[in-house]
Amino acid sequence: MQKVNKINLHCTINGSKKNFQCYPMARLLDVLRENNLTGTKEGCGEGECGSCSVLVNGDIVNSCLIPIVQMQNKEIKTIEGLTNEQTLNKIQLAFLKYGGTQCGICTPGMIIAACKLLEKNQNPTLQDIKTALAGNLCRCTGYSKIFASVLAACQEQRP
Amino acid sequence: MNGDPQDYHIIQTKNLKEALTYLADSDTKWTPLAGGTDLMVLLAAGLLPTGNYLSIWDLPELNKIHIEDDSIVIGAGITFQEILTNQTIKKEFSMLTKAAEMTGSVAIQSRATIGGNIANASPAADTPPALLCYDAIIEVTSIARGRIDYDYATFHLDYKKMQLKKDELITAIKLPRSGKPHTDYYHKVGTREAQAISKICFAARAYQQNNKVDDIRLAYASVAPIPLRARETEFFLMGKVICDQVIEKACTKLAAELSPLDDIRSTAAYRKKVAANLLREFLCGIGQKNYKS
Repeated sequence: MQKVNKINLHCTINGSKKNFQCYPMARLLDVLRENNLTGTKEGCGEGECGSCSVLVNGDIVNSCLIPIVQMQNKEIKTIEGLTNEQTLNKIQLAFLKYGGTQCGICTPGMIIAACKLLEKNQNPTLQDIKTALAGNLCRCTGYSKIFASVLAACQEQRP
Repeated sequence: MNGDPQDYHIIQTKNLKEALTYLADSDTKWTPLAGGTDLMVLLAAGLLPTGNYLSIWDLPELNKIHIEDDSIVIGAGITFQEILTNQTIKKEFSMLTKAAEMTGSVAIQSRATIGGNIANASPAADTPPALLCYDAIIEVTSIARGRIDYDYATFHLDYKKMQLKKDELITAIKLPRSGKPHTDYYHKVGTREAQAISKICFAARAYQQNNKVDDIRLAYASVAPIPLRARETEFFLMGKVICDQVIEKACTKLAAELSPLDDIRSTAAYRKKVAANLLREFLCGIGQKNYKS
């Protein structure tokens, strides 16, 4: 097989325009982490656990399952882009307050999934939260504190 | 161990014509890759064959749903997320909506495509039983032969083998719209509601006239090397009035007709038992009887 060449990739990450030189089959997850966006975690690497969740053009995806060649001109948002460096958003604050995080590997994915849910539905039921977070596995908390955190974040969001 | 990206050639195609031109190249084998929710899992496991891949994600021609008078035409690149939010599909083909909802998680649904679900040819996929009940037509396109329609019931030939040649791409799934009154049933049995691959999946549709079964489809996944219809049991039920006795006979027929395997997710005995139980629940529903075990 002929040698695979790197490609020029242009995309927007957390609002800034980026250019990368990378192998076209490189996973979005690896490209992010190699460019200092290490908030996105690798859990299973096979689309089961949701630790690597990011938003692409507003859709939640597992970045471990995306070849970077498909990200040309796309808009990507990672956990680092949810808020500015000085403040945390309501979901992050609720995770801190209600013990929604322990080892922290699943947390960025959980928060991305919760943000995606709240964007569509500001008044979710417990079942809505469970469905939205069903693709995010946590091996520490037993989930109840995560669900409690998301519920609390919604309540704090209400006027 | 992860596959090394240096070993994989992948090109993003811009439109259907470009993709089909690559596939028509007789010297090179190109493997289409859409949302990557199956193939990229193999990459992570170090099991994806090295070689040439053709990204067909975002091809404009494959990303449309057309509502026509006699059928709904779903582009092969339509994601499960898009299926879930389409109101016509929800109203008229609710088992497909249910199947999309039962597949993976929200993050998988935003990338997994209906064409990929068929082309990956897993006997455990969640949409095929619904598509079999709807008499789906699979549109396959190539430069050499143009568009060809296949009856989905004849599309899968054997484990991972399909009516799909090297230069062809699945381009659309057509679902005939039926005005006749019917009863539908869809049930996936897995270890967990999300992210589980089915132990068994069953979809059914029955048309009745004067309380007799006028036409019926019973479709299963995870009971054979391909998703299939239980034709012998369907044949037995034709023309019958559904009563307890007929239900029990149908369940016995079904157990004889299916030959599932023991594997990592379940056992043959469990699958046979549950296949019959699901059929019983469906038939009890259409017979409007309360079955007492």
